[in-house]
Amino acid sequence: MIQLEKRPQPSRFWSLFTPVIAVIVTMIAGGLLFAALGKNPIEAIRTIFYDPLFGEFSFYYRPQLLVKGGPLILIAIGLSLGFRAGIWNIGAEGQYILGAICGAAVGLAFYPTESVFIFPLMILAGLLGGMLWSMIPALLKVKFGTNEILVSLMLVYVAEQLLASMSLGLLRNPDGHGFPGSRNFQDYPSGHNTEILAGTGLHWGVAAAFIAVTFAYILLNKHILGFNIRLTGEAPRAARFGGVNPTRLTILCMGISGALAGLAGLFEVSGPSGQISIDFNVGYGFTAIIVAFLGRLHPIGILLAGLLMALTYIGGEIAQANLGLPAAAIQVFQGMLLFFLLALDLLSNFRIRLAVKGAA
Amino acid sequence: MDLSAISPTLLIASLMVAATPLLLAAIGELVVEKAGVLNLGVEGMMIVGAVCGFAVSVETGSPYLGILAAMAGGAILSMLFAFLTQFALANQVASGLALTLFGLGLSALMGQSYVGVKPPVMGKVDIPVLSDLPFVGHILFGHDIVLYMGLGLTAAVWAVLKYTRAGLVLRAVGENHEAAHALGYHVVRVRILAILFGGACAGLGGAYISLIRVPQWTEGMTAGIGWIALALVVFASWKPWRVLLGAYLFGGINVLQLNLQAAGIAIPVEYLAMSPYLITIIVLVILSADKSAAPASLGRPFHASN
Amino acid sequence: MKLTKLLATAAVAMGLATTAMAEKTKVGFIYVGPVGDGGWTYEHDQGRKAVVAEFGDQVETVYQENVPEGADAERAITQMALQGADLIFTTSFGYMDPTINVAKKFPNVKFEHATGYKTSDNVSIYSARFYEGRAIQGHIAGNMTESNIIGYIASFPIPEVIRGINSAYIHAKKVNPDVQFKIIWAYTWFDPAKEADAAKALIEQGADVILQHTDSTAPQAAAQAAGNVVTFGQASDMGEYAPFPRVSSIIDDWAPYYIARTKAVMDGTWETKSTWDGIGAGMVGIGEISDRVPADVKAEALAMKEALASGEYHAFTGPINKQDGTPWLAEGETADDGTLAGMSFYVEGIEGDVPN
Repeated sequence: MIQLEKRPQPSRFWSLFTPVIAVIVTMIAGGLLFAALGKNPIEAIRTIFYDPLFGEFSFYYRPQLLVKGGPLILIAIGLSLGFRAGIWNIGAEGQYILGAICGAAVGLAFYPTESVFIFPLMILAGLLGGMLWSMIPALLKVKFGTNEILVSLMLVYVAEQLLASMSLGLLRNPDGHGFPGSRNFQDYPSGHNTEILAGTGLHWGVAAAFIAVTFAYILLNKHILGFNIRLTGEAPRAARFGGVNPTRLTILCMGISGALAGLAGLFEVSGPSGQISIDFNVGYGFTAIIVAFLGRLHPIGILLAGLLMALTYIGGEIAQANLGLPAAAIQVFQGMLLFFLLALDLLSNFRIRLAVKGAA
Repeated sequence: MDLSAISPTLLIASLMVAATPLLLAAIGELVVEKAGVLNLGVEGMMIVGAVCGFAVSVETGSPYLGILAAMAGGAILSMLFAFLTQFALANQVASGLALTLFGLGLSALMGQSYVGVKPPVMGKVDIPVLSDLPFVGHILFGHDIVLYMGLGLTAAVWAVLKYTRAGLVLRAVGENHEAAHALGYHVVRVRILAILFGGACAGLGGAYISLIRVPQWTEGMTAGIGWIALALVVFASWKPWRVLLGAYLFGGINVLQLNLQAAGIAIPVEYLAMSPYLITIIVLVILSADKSAAPASLGRPFHASN
Repeated sequence: MKLTKLLATAAVAMGLATTAMAEKTKVGFIYVGPVGDGGWTYEHDQGRKAVVAEFGDQVETVYQENVPEGADAERAITQMALQGADLIFTTSFGYMDPTINVAKKFPNVKFEHATGYKTSDNVSIYSARFYEGRAIQGHIAGNMTESNIIGYIASFPIPEVIRGINSAYIHAKKVNPDVQFKIIWAYTWFDPAKEADAAKALIEQGADVILQHTDSTAPQAAAQAAGNVVTFGQASDMGEYAPFPRVSSIIDDWAPYYIARTKAVMDGTWETKSTWDGIGAGMVGIGEISDRVPADVKAEALAMKEALASGEYHAFTGPINKQDGTPWLAEGETADDGTLAGMSFYVEGIEGDVPN
């Protein structure tokens, strides 16, 4: 009889080692899938994991890893603070959209004026947009005790409709021949989120992601707020006795996660994406939830998980174009990776014992 | 503008059809959540059900076998979720999201050879005299069998939860799993059964779209209905008859807006499309006065040594 | 800029490599949906297959499906260029800016963007005059409707769609002055469940002809279930619903264009151009008109097709007034391409407003 015994602390060894096992197991399972689809499994796996990093064109793909991973990391860092405290904001996708809409609206309002103040203002607007959107579930939770998981999820769909309405109406490019979508920020230097170092993929949003990782690390390890967050998540009653104000903590965690998601949206719309359009959001907000868990809610873990996720996206795209793998196969592959990572989490949180039934 | 062009009987009859996939998926998810599990993978299970049902009915020529296959497909996929959350004790939110991602990809792979194929037609239940009755005849009779299954399922879930021992155990597990465990109930077993039931219902809902409501197979054809079903369970405050009501309301808003447009009434489509979600949030706030509405253990993992 | 330089070097290197290796021309395609959508992307992929069939071993084609518009598109296009594509077709409006951006970095690669309006030295644009097909549909629809109500499932309020509505209406009205259009904006290009509901709503309100500017066959199925409703295939032939309810169709036929442009790259004769082809060039196909259409109507429709193809008839020929009654085209005057490209108004007789 196999028995599970909860470890008092997650095992450090397994926390570090399980992701590696998960990736290896996924390679095997994925390889079987690709073989079943009539592709060379070794080549497919190499294309996904090796080519973007060390292949012939890695000079292009490595920066792209940052472009794709940046928003994931930025959002996931924000979410992880709340998740640790047991505050479940799963509506980052909506906050991301609102950040983009608000930031873009501010930028477009100034068009075509050129000024160095415009981009900072846009950043502020994006941050506030995301934060205010996250305040809805936060305030409803503290005032009425409504479930923030559900409210924040509902608000994603409201945000998506708002986005459609904006792209077709208010923010539509007047010179766009009647097509939906706003002006492109790539053609508006003052509002453009450019690469800080050309050719590195390091735009302001990626920089923000790195800063967020650093801050989160310091916050969680050195600051009283970080301690309170961890305490609330691990022992809510103790936290309350210890004087942690749950209302304030909820507002703070939701606010920070909303603000970071909003920032991610703003940096995306003013940079890589360039414009508000109906299909502007491509699921970063939801993928970031997965990234947060893959990273075990730890800032460094999230950084690595975000980059790993980006790698599967980019490698997957290469495999599609070069090997003719269907997009769906890549989706299944990513799903497998997540399953294995989640399933193997067991090893770090529990000890597996062979025991005689009834002995425990 | 011509409101008289909208026929109330036809409108009600078509909103019943539009609401059925929602109803089926939501009733399943209701049982899952009543057991204290939050499965965000409804969309993934629906679309896998849609493709399984479609493929099997095309291959066998029988829509009824297709329906069975859809339920099996949804349930099998939900086993993955059950394994992750109940045995491996993985986070439910992340597992559910992963399930949706996986389901969307898997269904697209499975359905590759079924694009553009027409499925066998599922007959309508035609009761000679009744379906000819004025007004109620068209609304109540003359639908397909799955629609009635949805109604029957709602009644059954309501009765089982309310009046049977099994329902009591399920609710106990959802409310307080430690206490349920202490009383000797198998928390994990109950939850797994609930998850499988939810998967089967979602699969059936998906097949309703691919076999009856549309009917055809295309990638991503559930187009977010699984997510609305999640909202619906909350909207209904975990009560089966309110799920039915909510499904008709949610499905109805869409059918109604299309009808209003056709009648030449200019409506802000995006804002109308937002309304079900906003209404759900308002309902949540109203419900929050009643602390007993949501299962207390919802989303919390359970392990016997806790 | 370092990246541009690197990319350019790589492109040059690849260019050299391809000439050195063999004359295999590599053609890339970026798709917005899955190849299995049975509509827009499916037809572009048919065009790709036609290129393979035409040139066999001389070409290699690659494609990437489900590419979101925006940053992901730019990466997908760049990647194809890096991998040595000589010619890349980007098949959705939202790829316009990404295509232009990538084209700047790869001066030796040729780009073709569908349905956009920006060109450059190595970017051509192409689009189809689907409104010509709509004229024929309108003619058949106006003749076949008995309730005089024609339902129209529109996608988004953009010029392309508005043009189609106007063209269909003008030609339906011409043969049937009592005709009325009921228009539903679905705000989607592709959502079978929603399209089915939209079709049902139109049918329940008396429409016995359904025209659609969305890509799924769901409205066809709804019409079939209703029994006595006429439909037309959209994007692809939707022949599985022929001969009834589907009595004809507008088919996106990209094959001739894709073959011609690939050939131009092979011959070194490719140059930037803006193509807006219709029935004449074969970019817009009219699916077989089934026998459920009365013989005389079918003959008229085919005659109109001939006239449109030869250019002797223009689908927007005056006198046509705008919806508010102001004159747009005088007797015998035809619409210029500029106005058509940006069309945002209904013609006289259509009820309701274009949403915005």
